[in-house]
Amino acid sequence: MTPQSPVLLVVIPLIFAFLTLPFGWWRKGLCYPITLVALSLSFLASLHTLHTVITTGTIHYWLGNWEPPWGIEYVVDHLNAFVLVIVSFVSLVVAIYSKRSVEQELPEKIVFFYCVFLLQVAGLLGIVVTGDMFNLYVFLEIASLAGYALIAIGEDGAPFASFNYLIFGTIGACFYLLGVGYLYVSTGSLNMADLFQILPDLYQSKVVLVAFAFFMVGVGLKMALFPLHVWLPDAYTYAPSTVSALLAPLMTKVGAYVMIRIMFTVFKPQFCIELIPVTTILGWMAAGAILFGAVMALAQTDLKRMLAYILVSEVGYIALGVGLANRAGLTGAILHILNDSFMMLALFLVVGAIMYRSGKREISQLRYLHRRMPFTMAAFVIAALSVIGIPPTCGFFSKWYLILGAIDASQWAFVAVLLVSSLLNVILFFRVIEHAYLEPDEEHAGGGSELAITIEEAPLSMLVPILIATAGIMVFGVLSGKIISTVIQFAVPKCF
Amino acid sequence: MFDFILSKYNYWIYIILMMIGFYAMIGKKNLVKKIIGINIFQTAIILFFVSTAAKRGGTLPIVEHAHGHGIHHIHAASYVNPLPHVLMLTAIVVMVSTLGVALAIVIAIYRRYNTLEEDEILEQRK
Amino acid sequence: METIESIRPLLAVLVTLIGALLIVFTGERHRNLREFWTILVSVLKFVIVISMVPFVLEGRVLEYTIITLTQGVSLQFRVDQFGLFFGVLASALWIATSIYSIGYVRGLNEHAQTRYFFNFALCLSATMGIAFAGNLLTLFIFYEILTVSTYPLVAHKETEDAIMGGRKYLAYTLIAGVVILFAIIFIYTLTGTLDFKPGGFLLGRGQSTTLIFLFALLILGFGVKAALMPMHEWLPTAMVAPTPVSALLHAVAVVKAGVFGCLRIILYVFGPELLHNLDLWLILAYFAAFTVIVSGMYALAQDNLKRRLAFSTINNLAIIVMGAALLTPGAITGSIFHMGSHGFMKITLFFVAGAIYVKTHKENISELDGLGRQMPLTMGAFTIGAMGVAGTPPICGFISKWYLAMGCLEAKQVIFLLVLLISALMDVAYFFPIIYNSFFKIPKEAINPHLDEAPAMMVVPLVITAVISLILGIFPNAFFHFFNLASTAAAKILGGM
Repeated sequence: MTPQSPVLLVVIPLIFAFLTLPFGWWRKGLCYPITLVALSLSFLASLHTLHTVITTGTIHYWLGNWEPPWGIEYVVDHLNAFVLVIVSFVSLVVAIYSKRSVEQELPEKIVFFYCVFLLQVAGLLGIVVTGDMFNLYVFLEIASLAGYALIAIGEDGAPFASFNYLIFGTIGACFYLLGVGYLYVSTGSLNMADLFQILPDLYQSKVVLVAFAFFMVGVGLKMALFPLHVWLPDAYTYAPSTVSALLAPLMTKVGAYVMIRIMFTVFKPQFCIELIPVTTILGWMAAGAILFGAVMALAQTDLKRMLAYILVSEVGYIALGVGLANRAGLTGAILHILNDSFMMLALFLVVGAIMYRSGKREISQLRYLHRRMPFTMAAFVIAALSVIGIPPTCGFFSKWYLILGAIDASQWAFVAVLLVSSLLNVILFFRVIEHAYLEPDEEHAGGGSELAITIEEAPLSMLVPILIATAGIMVFGVLSGKIISTVIQFAVPKCF
Repeated sequence: MFDFILSKYNYWIYIILMMIGFYAMIGKKNLVKKIIGINIFQTAIILFFVSTAAKRGGTLPIVEHAHGHGIHHIHAASYVNPLPHVLMLTAIVVMVSTLGVALAIVIAIYRRYNTLEEDEILEQRK
Repeated sequence: METIESIRPLLAVLVTLIGALLIVFTGERHRNLREFWTILVSVLKFVIVISMVPFVLEGRVLEYTIITLTQGVSLQFRVDQFGLFFGVLASALWIATSIYSIGYVRGLNEHAQTRYFFNFALCLSATMGIAFAGNLLTLFIFYEILTVSTYPLVAHKETEDAIMGGRKYLAYTLIAGVVILFAIIFIYTLTGTLDFKPGGFLLGRGQSTTLIFLFALLILGFGVKAALMPMHEWLPTAMVAPTPVSALLHAVAVVKAGVFGCLRIILYVFGPELLHNLDLWLILAYFAAFTVIVSGMYALAQDNLKRRLAFSTINNLAIIVMGAALLTPGAITGSIFHMGSHGFMKITLFFVAGAIYVKTHKENISELDGLGRQMPLTMGAFTIGAMGVAGTPPICGFISKWYLAMGCLEAKQVIFLLVLLISALMDVAYFFPIIYNSFFKIPKEAINPHLDEAPAMMVVPLVITAVISLILGIFPNAFFHFFNLASTAAAKILGGM
């Protein structure tokens, strides 16, 4: 018997999403536990899936027992099992966090919020789990539509930002759909594994080339790869804190996953590297993303907006790893999917907690925060160090592999970009840390007399997720060797 | 040349429609016009998919007397390909949902800014 | 070479880490308990480190692998003679510094004391990690932790100057960190291993131009913390930090970590043979000699006591690097031993500067006239430290300089002997006026002629470190076979040739 966990982990949030409506209508307070139950189950299912994959290899799940390539097939190998666990765990953490934040920011809309939240997670998980090109499109749109709705319920500028995102997102999705159409026209198949077998004979075909181009642009838009990132900063700045914390770590990473999937397991690496220089172009775009994101982040005074630009730059790291197209680079890229999820999770959760307590997020307004919210700020510092790439946080190790890959590929420009971006991140984050931790001299002129500032730490339901994310940053750093040797080295496509 | 264009007229129509939609999404200032652009774009894609399934002389892919009525030779060539149609049914659902979400967002925008012109909204947000 | 599995190096690192956490959770409310943790942890750490000495002296290596970080490279501790030498030095000086710190911050009623002690403990944890690191990556990890945890200490005063000093410190050290990281990864792609080996592991790998390039990068990178000119700018600026921090920066952790890194690179990564083949040793020695002379001249021009000490530090660090670059047994022994003796002497000097500041709020040398009568113990300790740095027998500075001078002759490079002598003369020139003025010059303003010392918490440590420098000068092995560690390390490195 095939294990049911691959399908369960998508179906559970989907069903519970609809359960939240009647239960929420009856008792508003039930939505939160329902969401937690759903996501915990989903997380357990994803863990089970990962375990099965590690012990017995790739899982093929035929939906409705229809044989592929006619039926829809869920294929879980090391790569998506890995991403599945990340997605389900991060969304569970955000769900735990959401309670107080949603109560404060969206008191009217709790029921709908959790319904759409679960839909969003179901969509993201579906994208990752499926082995069918069209099915992927459907899940992509479920996730995106839920994302538009979640962002739109944010603060003042949110609807407009969300509308912009909707336009770009729809263009991306349509391009993807066109790509699927072109592939179907030339091969007659929608199954990824099947396409992988059929396509090599057709690599010279213009139709396949165009399809590939459509895919890259479509996915690039979804993952906000520079210069297709324009929708991201506004959308993630104005979204409710919880939503930013869910979307920022996951949406872009899932997009990156789709890119890796299409480039290397639908098409062959040889196609993307030799036949058309996609990886080279991707590398340069990624280098642009890294620098552009960091420089734009420097110009921001709003902490959340700064993080949004940093996210643009972090997406660049993943794309750069893919663009290097060698084993070390891809290892770095896949590792960075994990690491960056946790870094962004921690940072956005912290910003949410700061917003919750003080309602402020201008960098210049953060003064005394280390005394008011010591744990939150400590978490921020650790996450910041990780983004900079200070060992032993996890960010260092993704940088390690990326630089290793760049040296292996003799791409000195990329090495330089990676190193310089570290330094830009130093400036970015220490600017914030200085504001939060250091006080101008006159304010403690009385020597040791501490100003009367009471501790106003975030509530426990928010603090615990923050600490979990931070612990993740530290633990994954130290365990990175283990993670790579058990999962990631099998997730990197075989031919590297 | 002319023949080439004519023989593939369905693709040309889809490309023209798509470009019209694309232009409206990017170029128009009015938010509702942008949404209409999205719709044209998506309709164009549906047209493309469905037209790829068509066959000259093909008919509905419904096989009568399938079981227990003797041996039938099914000529695949005489039926249109059902799969793109099925895909497009799903795509239409996605399209309608997108439309719904987009309109809801536009209503929220209108309540806030009292206008649907992009430049006026940007003006107000300064 | 016999290897023993032992958890002790890990404990030595962890004990301070746990201490740091205890300090945070105890917080401002229970100051005495918090300070108790600091002292307890520092003593414990010292005991753990000392317990490793017998094994290492017998020529065995203590090893502990925590986890594999990447293929062929683990997070691994390996305690050899050189590492243990540094470990003993840092942990011994930390005890003195902790006691002194308590006196200092309470004497001045400093703000944010918890943060201060927390970061201090973290620094020491990182320093132990550096000392016991078994490969370049482990070293680098702790090196970066050290950088980051020192930043809040440098910017501790939170004045405009302090914040600028902190920024400058971060800018210099993190840029250096990036450079080092690049070089480390490059070495990894060349060899697939990063484990230190006495006598180096790069011999026969890669092209000579690549190796020269890498050597330059690594020395420039580690040279930032070791304050080799022209990368020294951050050190005098960082003098805005509280004095115990300066002491920590100069004598215990930061610059010593830089020098330690340089020596690891010279002796354990590249190795004498390779450096001879590439003719890099002479260039490096000249480079260091340049720093020795120029920093001495700078020191002469300073009026601020701490700044003068800072340039003196730069001077001595360059001497250490120069000694190692000469690659002869005497020079290496001298240079390793000088790390230790300079540590004891310089920390004494900084403690004195701090004691003077706490007592009289004076920072400039021109204001110290007649102070020897008010604070005879303090100024006496200063005299010992200063004469030691200049290389006067029977203080430990003499022994290290003796071996360094021997090394210069062994290498048949008389010019470096001259450099050593000139620098000793300059040491005399910039320290002697201070000693003379404080004891013999009649002050312009009336000064308290009675005995009026700084708090005991400050005076005791500085007297102890001064006495230890004296004892080490007479019996170099008295302090846990300090000298033997240095000389066996040197023998092993050259034995690997």
